[in-house]
Amino acid sequence: MKIQQISVFIENRPGHLAAQIRALAEAGINIVTLSLADTEQFGILRLIVRDWEKAKGVLEAAGRVVKTTEVLAIEVEDRPGGLAELLEVIDAGGINVEYMYAFTYGFKGRAVMIFRFEDPDAAIAALQAKGIGVLDAVDLFRRAEG
Amino acid sequence: MRTLWNDAGGEFHPVCAPDFLPLDRLQGLQLQRLRATVKRAYENVALFRGRMEERGIRPGDIRSLDDIRSLPFTEKTDLRDTYPFGLFASPMNEIVRVHASSGTTGKPTVVAYTEEDIEVWASVMARTFACNGLHRGDILQNAYGYGLFTGGLGAHYGAEMLGMTVIPISGGQTDRQIMIMKDFGVTAISCTPSYFIHLVERAGELGIDLRDLPIRAGIFGAEPWTEGIRRHAEEQAGIKAYDIYGLSEIIGPGVASECTEQGGIHIFEDHFYPEIVDPKTGEPIPDGESGELVFTTLSKKAMPMIRYRTHDITSFITEECACGRTIRRVKRVGARSDDMFIIRGVNVFPSQIEAALLAVEGVQPHYQIILTRQKGLDQMEVQVEVTPELFSDQVRDLESVQRRISKSIEGTVGIRAAVRLVEPHTIERSMGKAKRLIDNREK
Repeated sequence: MKIQQISVFIENRPGHLAAQIRALAEAGINIVTLSLADTEQFGILRLIVRDWEKAKGVLEAAGRVVKTTEVLAIEVEDRPGGLAELLEVIDAGGINVEYMYAFTYGFKGRAVMIFRFEDPDAAIAALQAKGIGVLDAVDLFRRAEG
Repeated sequence: MRTLWNDAGGEFHPVCAPDFLPLDRLQGLQLQRLRATVKRAYENVALFRGRMEERGIRPGDIRSLDDIRSLPFTEKTDLRDTYPFGLFASPMNEIVRVHASSGTTGKPTVVAYTEEDIEVWASVMARTFACNGLHRGDILQNAYGYGLFTGGLGAHYGAEMLGMTVIPISGGQTDRQIMIMKDFGVTAISCTPSYFIHLVERAGELGIDLRDLPIRAGIFGAEPWTEGIRRHAEEQAGIKAYDIYGLSEIIGPGVASECTEQGGIHIFEDHFYPEIVDPKTGEPIPDGESGELVFTTLSKKAMPMIRYRTHDITSFITEECACGRTIRRVKRVGARSDDMFIIRGVNVFPSQIEAALLAVEGVQPHYQIILTRQKGLDQMEVQVEVTPELFSDQVRDLESVQRRISKSIEGTVGIRAAVRLVEPHTIERSMGKAKRLIDNREK
């Protein structure tokens, strides 16, 4: 159920983000989705890619610090209130969301969000109990990459 | 004697008499005191006795001032290795004061004074202020820090001995400093030059022009500064800016001072015997050539210091000074023979920063210290390369790493640093060795 996300440390300076994206492109790695957390001094680039081990290797070979984290890909109704209902389920389960970000595509009226939870296993249990779809990697990349 | 006083309204204070001793009298006094100091150190301090025995030297072998060259050097590390009281030559019941400064590993270096030492210290600081053209009737705002640092109390006692009115305001609270300077009719201020520049800028923001106030002298020390800073301070504040020199291991402030001629610092050499040596070989070098300043205390009872290496680079000025003082001058101290730097009056070695970094779990010793001056105040930024152990996918974890590093540095050197995390392998390494310090402060 869990998806591997890779995170990279980036200094908040011109050119530093582009250099890392370029390194992945040259290795033929497609980025399925991403988010960038930024502060005045640095940023954390979080990526979802099919072959995360290869991506990690490419970035590390380029001298980057890379970390992998388990995140969940969750289906959400692509309509007003869809996300609100999902978050209510999460809140009701007493589950803490560290951060989240969205995919850029929809699928049969459903969007997919990436969630980083403090406790992903508790989140899976709470979501499945409510019949909310948590995608595994196979499903996710099939949808994302067709 | 020539005119001893450059300042109208001043009168000669007897404490200043040794500044004008004829050379033969001065050297006679130095030799007599040197012999007594060496004997005291040998008899009461195991480290000095051990080193002299290794060389087969006994105190009686010191028969001339030149014989000082046979004595072993003392380094700052000797204070650390004997922490806290190992170099004391007096029993505790004769020690009336201790001060401490930053050491190279986080432990401070401790210095001690007997009642007599405090009196000598006050006298050399009184002579310092007299050199700077100050006297009874002057109102001194003493903005050196009071506390373990020697600056505040050292200046305080000297100013009182000279008969000045002392305002023991200590450091910080700039707006209050400016108010008191104006309201009390302050005529002189003692502080670090960088703090004074900051004070001038702040006064400007408050709409106060220091040139309109009675203040006429700045007594600046505890960090190296330049002619550029002097010109700036003198023009912006309408004062004369004087350089004073000292180090706690020798006594604190009051080792040497500029006179009103502003042409190099006079060493109070009836109490502190100066040598200038080749920093590599330790051998004496001809007068006038640059080398490392070395001091032997001639009067200190609680903590005599034999051939202490300051790592400050300077040279003797061989011409007589127009002020008439016979005590020797050296050029103002700027460069150092080691990597120590001074920020806001505090001595810091990059190795201390390194120790503070390594005390934080996951930090590797890949760092760089960047010094800048903003609004007249020195700022220290420490750049640290991110390691896999430190890195997290969450911003707050990285911010917590920055805070932990900053706290560790402040706990070690007492100075707050801005910590910036940088990508791995981005800190410049020159010839295999990282360049630890980039000093972008105005020269």
